[in-house]
Amino acid sequence: MDDSFFSFYILPALIILAKSLALLVILLIFVAYILYADRKIWAAVQMRRGPNVVGPWGLFQAFADLFKFVFKEPVIPSGANKGVFLLAPLVSSVLAMAAWAVIPVNEGWAVANINVGILYVLAISSLEVYGVIMGGWASNSKYPFLGALRSAAQMVSYEVSIGFVIVTVLLCVGSLNLTDIVLAQKDGIGTWAGMPNSFLDWHWLGLFPMFVIFIISALAETNRPPFDLVEAESELVAGHMVEYSSTAFLLFFLGEYVAIVLMCALTTILFLGGWLPPFDFAPFTWVPGVVWFVLKVCFVFFIISMAKGVLPRYRYDQLMRLGWKVFLPISLFMVVATAAFLKLTGLA
Amino acid sequence: MLEGLEAAFFYLFALVAVASALMVISSRNPVHSVLFLILAFFNAAGLFLLAGAEFLALILLIVYVGAVMVLFLFVVMMLDVDFAEFKQGALRYAPIGALVGLIFAAELIIVTGGYVLAPELSSSVARPIPDLAERTNTAALGDILYTDYIHFFQMAGVVLLVAMVGAIVLTLRHKQGVRRQSISAQVGRTPETAIEVRKVETGKGI
Repeated sequence: MDDSFFSFYILPALIILAKSLALLVILLIFVAYILYADRKIWAAVQMRRGPNVVGPWGLFQAFADLFKFVFKEPVIPSGANKGVFLLAPLVSSVLAMAAWAVIPVNEGWAVANINVGILYVLAISSLEVYGVIMGGWASNSKYPFLGALRSAAQMVSYEVSIGFVIVTVLLCVGSLNLTDIVLAQKDGIGTWAGMPNSFLDWHWLGLFPMFVIFIISALAETNRPPFDLVEAESELVAGHMVEYSSTAFLLFFLGEYVAIVLMCALTTILFLGGWLPPFDFAPFTWVPGVVWFVLKVCFVFFIISMAKGVLPRYRYDQLMRLGWKVFLPISLFMVVATAAFLKLTGLA
Repeated sequence: MLEGLEAAFFYLFALVAVASALMVISSRNPVHSVLFLILAFFNAAGLFLLAGAEFLALILLIVYVGAVMVLFLFVVMMLDVDFAEFKQGALRYAPIGALVGLIFAAELIIVTGGYVLAPELSSSVARPIPDLAERTNTAALGDILYTDYIHFFQMAGVVLLVAMVGAIVLTLRHKQGVRRQSISAQVGRTPETAIEVRKVETGKGI
């Protein structure tokens, strides 16, 4: 074993492992508090107090839940297809976390800064539907199966509009790299209007219709209310998760929330300028980029969380109509319009 | 060529791809077959990545695994076919199947065995192949599809459109007497059009 083997293979592998581990630990702690925030916001909307018993202000509630789930008895239904039944929660949580490998939280702070980062995220998030379908089918039970069918149709439908929204952003940027997408937002409407490097430069303003479509499609893609027909508790009890208990349920739950935070991060990167500060002068530029990134993710999550609190659940046919008859034509038109605009003005 | 880790990964992906492809045709449960097919696609994407074609790898995942296979799984899960019964007559057709398989295998061997790159290839391609460092393969594919061969690309698009229209025409049925909802009429309702206030006399119904 010579020295070059160590420096070429082992050392980089160890560095990547350490980076991934650090990212995962921070991400999971963040998700624990996002979960807490979700419950608190939802409670505040309904004038309840929310979790308030475990720890000061209930801050350790998520960890208490974690231990509760892990120490419960796992139950596998006798009619279940055992292998697929156990694989499904793993698929859903592992895929959700795998997508984070390419997310840059600051300039150069990504585990893998790959050329086709946005395609990778799109590919991984389009695979998340398998966790739900496999879980629903393997449970061998009516409600989970209905939930799985609903989710298959729902997630595939909304991926189409998410894809077109991403295409419009890519047209403006000219790169599939997530870091390039953020850096391209240093220059835009704000610079043209005399406020360079400010929040007016970010894509949310120039591509406002796409920004709205993206957030709504992200809600549908992650099965969040008002599009949570997959697990609609009043109709399907809990959809694909009915037969799951203990750690398997926890993994589904975790995968769902990691995917939601991923969508918030993607919204931040595509439309809210990633780690860029909102103003280009002193107190704002002192704050490190990663803080801005987290603040923006929290802001997007607040919107998503409020949607859960204030909106009633959609009917399934309305959901499909919105996806195929409203979002798809609008986003297709916007792709053509954006391309024409960029071509005619010579910006791209 | 392939050395060290790259070779190890190549053999890993290739082995899993071939093994899962075998499981696709040998597993008893059709849903398991589809899941193994997905695994095979995954490993094919891994092979693309090793070849430096990251765009193709991810497109394979997005298009085939993310969309096509979901519909496959959807359909297979909905089918309630007893596949054991289905397979009983399969042995009768085994000779024909074997013959078709043999012909395919022979053709593949002839094609791959006699395959040489044309010597004038480098002068006849639409544009020279640039170094990977200066042109990503996403951009290179874009050049070829949308710039050099844009008319062929659009013709393919038209063919797909015709296929889509054909599928809709074949399956669309106009049922009579179906009550459809009109979204604009529903949204356009106001208290004046929706509510009627009647004065009801005491002791009588409406």
